[in-house]
Formats: sequence, structure tokens, C-alpha cells
Amino acid sequence: MSTMAKLLPTGTPRPSAFLVRFVIMAATLLLVAPWLLSDFRLSLLAKFLCFAIIAVGIGLAYGQGGMLVLGQGLFFGIGGYAMGMHLKIVDAGEGQLPDILTYSGKYDSLPALWKPFSSAWFAIPMAILLPMAIAALLGAAIFRQRIRGPYFAILSQALAAAFVVVLVGNNALTGGTNGLTNFQSFFGLSVTSPSDQRTLYFIVVVVLLIVFLLTRELVLGRYGRVLIATRDDEDRVRFLGYDPARVKLFAYVMAAGMAGLAGALFVPVVGIISPALLGIVPSIEMVIWVALGGRTVLAWAAAGAVIVNWAKTSVSEQFPSGWLYLQGLLFVVVILYLPKGIAGAVEHIRAYIGRLPPTGGLRILMSSGDRPPKQAAKPNPTEEAA
Amino acid sequence: MSSVMLEVRNLVVAFGAFHAIDDLDLTLHEHEVRFVIGPNGAGKTTLIDSITNLVRPTSGSIRFAGEELIGKSEHAIVRTGIGRTFQKPSVFDELTVLENVDIAASFRLRFRSLLKRRRGISDEVAESLDSVNLTAQRDEPAGSLSHGQKQWLEVAMVLVQRPRLLLLDEPVAGMTEKERLHTGELITQIAQQGTTVLVIEHDMDFVRRFAHKVTVMHEGKILTEGTVADVQQDETVREVYLGRPRDARGAAEALA
Ligand SMILES: Nc1ncnc2c1ncn2[C@@H]1O[C@H](COP(=O)(O)OP(=O)(O)O)[C@@H](O)[C@H]1O
Ligand SMILES: [Mg+2]
Repeated sequence: MSTMAKLLPTGTPRPSAFLVRFVIMAATLLLVAPWLLSDFRLSLLAKFLCFAIIAVGIGLAYGQGGMLVLGQGLFFGIGGYAMGMHLKIVDAGEGQLPDILTYSGKYDSLPALWKPFSSAWFAIPMAILLPMAIAALLGAAIFRQRIRGPYFAILSQALAAAFVVVLVGNNALTGGTNGLTNFQSFFGLSVTSPSDQRTLYFIVVVVLLIVFLLTRELVLGRYGRVLIATRDDEDRVRFLGYDPARVKLFAYVMAAGMAGLAGALFVPVVGIISPALLGIVPSIEMVIWVALGGRTVLAWAAAGAVIVNWAKTSVSEQFPSGWLYLQGLLFVVVILYLPKGIAGAVEHIRAYIGRLPPTGGLRILMSSGDRPPKQAAKPNPTEEAA
Repeated sequence: MSSVMLEVRNLVVAFGAFHAIDDLDLTLHEHEVRFVIGPNGAGKTTLIDSITNLVRPTSGSIRFAGEELIGKSEHAIVRTGIGRTFQKPSVFDELTVLENVDIAASFRLRFRSLLKRRRGISDEVAESLDSVNLTAQRDEPAGSLSHGQKQWLEVAMVLVQRPRLLLLDEPVAGMTEKERLHTGELITQIAQQGTTVLVIEHDMDFVRRFAHKVTVMHEGKILTEGTVADVQQDETVREVYLGRPRDARGAAEALA
């Protein structure tokens, strides 16, 4: 008897395990967390959930597609700057120059790069489409040349690094190392007001849930099967008539779009976008979240972003420099003992609990809803040994 | 006489100074089942590899239904209607048996349709699983299959694509006697349904039982071509097999 079956009146069609988990997760994010957490913590969570959107994309490209995307900071940054420029222009008001552009004294009207971002109709789509377009160009060149493995990782990382150089080098135009900050409003919401920050939190949650569901459909679709096949044996896939370059490109482009979208949401939530948030180190960290959470399970990839960043914040509050070492240690432990991340550990624990004789409480908590614990079907626990 | 399906002319495949295929000509007609035999290292696998662009020929021409294949990418060649299996079975271990066959069957779907989930099991997929006796295992991960079952799964994957030309690289290696028999019957049946089949085989017993026309390869060249009986009588074939101690057993069988 599963937990769900006990809660529902007999005769009710049993919802799938996924639906149960999804509803619990959504309810936790939409109802429990806002009720439980302080304004400050909730807006921290909003930031982590932006990261979770990036993680879903990495789960797709890296977990399912096997592409070590070590340069997602590039796409996150483009999304962030696209949104950041737009908000800056709006904050400055009609005909005024955003503060950032006045410091150098070089500009007395909006520079050509900024101008189109005056329109939200340009800025918001661009936050997603520009990363996708760049990933498409880049990916087409890389995958067609059959560049993969560490070479792909290094190349994608080099681009994130190059983007930082460009941003810092064009100080007057981009705000240099300080980036874009001091935002006031976000489409009528005040970025600094706690209640509007709560609204932003809900926007981020809804976007994350939608992105997650759509990506999950992709993974469960035939395309997702072909993507896994491509990850495991790219050369074999060719002889089934698929072009692995195209298969991989799609996942890579989608992941870039998600990172861009995350960047666009991150800006109003956190109030800053700067090169330090999107260079080599942050890009590597993004992959670490996913590796720690569990790269092959989309939900755990997303959870990894929240868990790691929550831990980072908690540890840093106590021991300012402790996190760096702890993160390194965690990463090593995962690589050596938990190649499937926390998802793999949970799987082990589940299997272990499933093997214990029924004792109630804990088991019911751990059972996933539709799958009765293995032992339940057997009247006599000792049969297991036979 | 039926029309020419595959026409290989003056094919040379060089690995450095070594010619794995050395000025080879081969013609296959529609509906034909051709067995290719030859000692280890004769270049049999390399022949299939060049037809499917796994290796790039040094010179020569390979025409399929009148279309030149050299220069086409692997997936484009498959899309013209050529399917192959590998000497070492390679299936996708993490996918289920059914999913393996299903993605093989879906290769002509448009990308938009590919994005959707599979709904049920299509008739072709069910049929092809059935033809290799893997229906019972269809929801198991392919990685859990035995060696012989993986070979069959590979056959199912290529069959479901309905190729016009099927290239099988030692399909019965490592199979039990019963499995061999079944595979042989399957090959005969595929050919009757109109597919041209090229089978590379080492096992003379199997060749004798199922082959009509046999091509013998040696050192990258065609030694001789003919019926099983013709080939068994051929002096040069005797020499080739007897000249190589490790193939002595195969020769003894061939000449029996
Ligand atoms: N990639 C390669 N590089 C160098 N030599 C190769 C390569 N592939 C095959 N050969 C050589 O070409 C010859 C023919 O190989 P192959 O076609 O596999 O023979 P068969 O399938 O008839 O046993 C062998 O001598 C083999 O060592
Ligand atoms: Mg061979």
C-alpha cells in the first residue's frame, strides 16, 4: 500500500509518482517556502532558483547529452546584461542617460549597442534568443568538426573567459568589473521593496517549473532517447541515420536559452550583473551544482543548484573562507563515490530501505507514491534470502 | 536479370603504405544475398566500412542505386537506404530493448515529431522485435542482454529501418547452433522480402547452409566468386586457407 493510495478514497485513479512529487515540490516552493522564510531568505531562494534554471539546461546538455558545458556563464551573462541594460534605460527615464554611461563622459546619447534594449519587446526575447543564436553558431562549428570531450569543454569555457575580457575592456559601455547595478524597478515592481521581491520570487518559481516541465518532456520524448544514445555512442548513432551534430546542437542551444533566461531573472532578483558572476569560476560552479545534485536526473540537477548554494551561503556566514575547501571536498567525494550525485545516494538509500522488513513510519515517508516498497508484495520477509 | 544495386569499382583503402582493400570490384544485384568469406585480415570489414563511410577510401567508386556514396556522411548514407551491423555488437545499453528499436525506426521522422513522446508501440517495431525473439525482453535495458541477444537486437534495429541494402558483419559469431539457424532463416526471409543482403561470415558451416553466391576475399582483393560448390572446388581458395595455419580448421571444413 503506498502513501498516496492511503490518502485517496478507494476508486480514485492513482496519479503517477511523478505528478505526486511535482505537486509536492510546487506546493513547497509556492506555499510553504514563502510562509516559512523571511524576506531575506526568500529572496536568496529566488536567486538559487534562477541558478536552478541554468542547472536544468546543464542537466539536459551535460546529463542527458554528455556535453561538458563549462561555459554557461557566457549565456547567463548575455541574458543578464540584456535585461540589465533594459532596466537601466527604464530607470533613467525618458531621454535620460543611465548613470553607468555618464561616468566616462563619452556618451551624451544612448550608444548603438544600448538603443534597441530600450524596448522590453526587444530586450526580453534577446535575453533568451541571443544566447541561443550564439550557441547555435558555436555548436554548429564545434559539433560538425566532431570536437568533443575535454576539447569541447575548454572551448566553451574559453568563450566565457573571452566575454569577461570584452566586458571589462569596454568599461565605459558595460560598467566594467562593477557591471550593471543599482536597479530601481522591474516592470512596475520596485526591486528594493520586500513585497515586490516576494512577487519576483513567485515569477521565478513559475518560470522554473515551466522550464522544468518542458525540458522533462524533451528528455522523455524520442529526441531524449536519441540524445542519450548520442551521449553513449555518438558514432553508432550515425549508422542509425541521425546526425549527432544536430542532435547535440539542439540540447546545447536549449541549455543556452535557459541560462539566458536565468540571467534575465537574476538581474531584478539580485540587483546586479557583473563579470565576476559569469567568468570561468562561476561557469565551473554551475556544472558542479549539477554533478552534485545528479546529472542524469533533471529534478536533482535543479535541486543541486539550490542545495549547493544554500550550503555555500550557510557555510560562508559562519566561516567566510571555508566554503571553497568544502566545495572542493564535496566535489571530490562525488566524483569518487557518487557519480550520480545526491540522486544516486537517494537511490541507494531507497533500495536499502526497500529491503528492510516493514516497520512503518520512515518507509512510508520514503516510498515514492506509486511504487510499493519491494517487500510489501511478499508476505514473508525471509523469502528475500531464498 | 534484376538491376544493379551496389557497384564497387577499383576500390582502394590504404592505411599508410598497407592496402587493406586493393583495387576491388564488386557488383550486387537487387534481391541478392551475397556471402563474403576470407581469412582474418582479408579486408572484409574494411569493405563494409568503406561502403558506410566509417573509413574513407583512398580511391575508387562505390555507387548505390546509381548514386555515388564516397564523400557522403555516414547518416546520409544510411538515409539512402543502407543499413549495417557491427562485428562487435553495439547497442545502447542504457536504453531499453524497445527504445533501441524505436529510435532506429524513427530515423526518418521530422524533427518536430521526434520531440514528442512515443505513444504505444508501432507495428513495425513490434514485428521486428518479434522476428528476433526479443519481445519478452523489450522493457529490459539493452545492457542486460547476452552477447547473442545484443547481436539480434542490432539486427532488429537495422531491419526496422527497411534498408534496401543490408550489410551484416559476422552476424552469427558467438551464437549457439540454434541461434545461428534462426539468424540464417531470418536472412533468407529478409532477402525474400526484397532486401539486398551482404553477409560477411567466417563460419563455413553457416555459409554452406545458407549461401547461394559466395565471394572470397584475400589480401584486399577478390580471389574468386561463385556458388558454394564452385568455391569449395577452387584451388586458390584451398591454398589461401591452407597457407594460413590459424585458418586451417576453417579450411578443413570448407573443403569437407
Ligand atoms: N584503422 C586501421 N588502421 C590500420 N590498419 C587497419 C585498420 N583497419 C583495418 N586495418 C587492417 O586492414 C586489414 C583488413 O582488416 P579487416 O577489414 O578488419 O579484415 P577482416 O574483416 O577481413 O578480418 C587488417 O590487416 C587490419 O589490420
Ligand atoms: Mg572483420
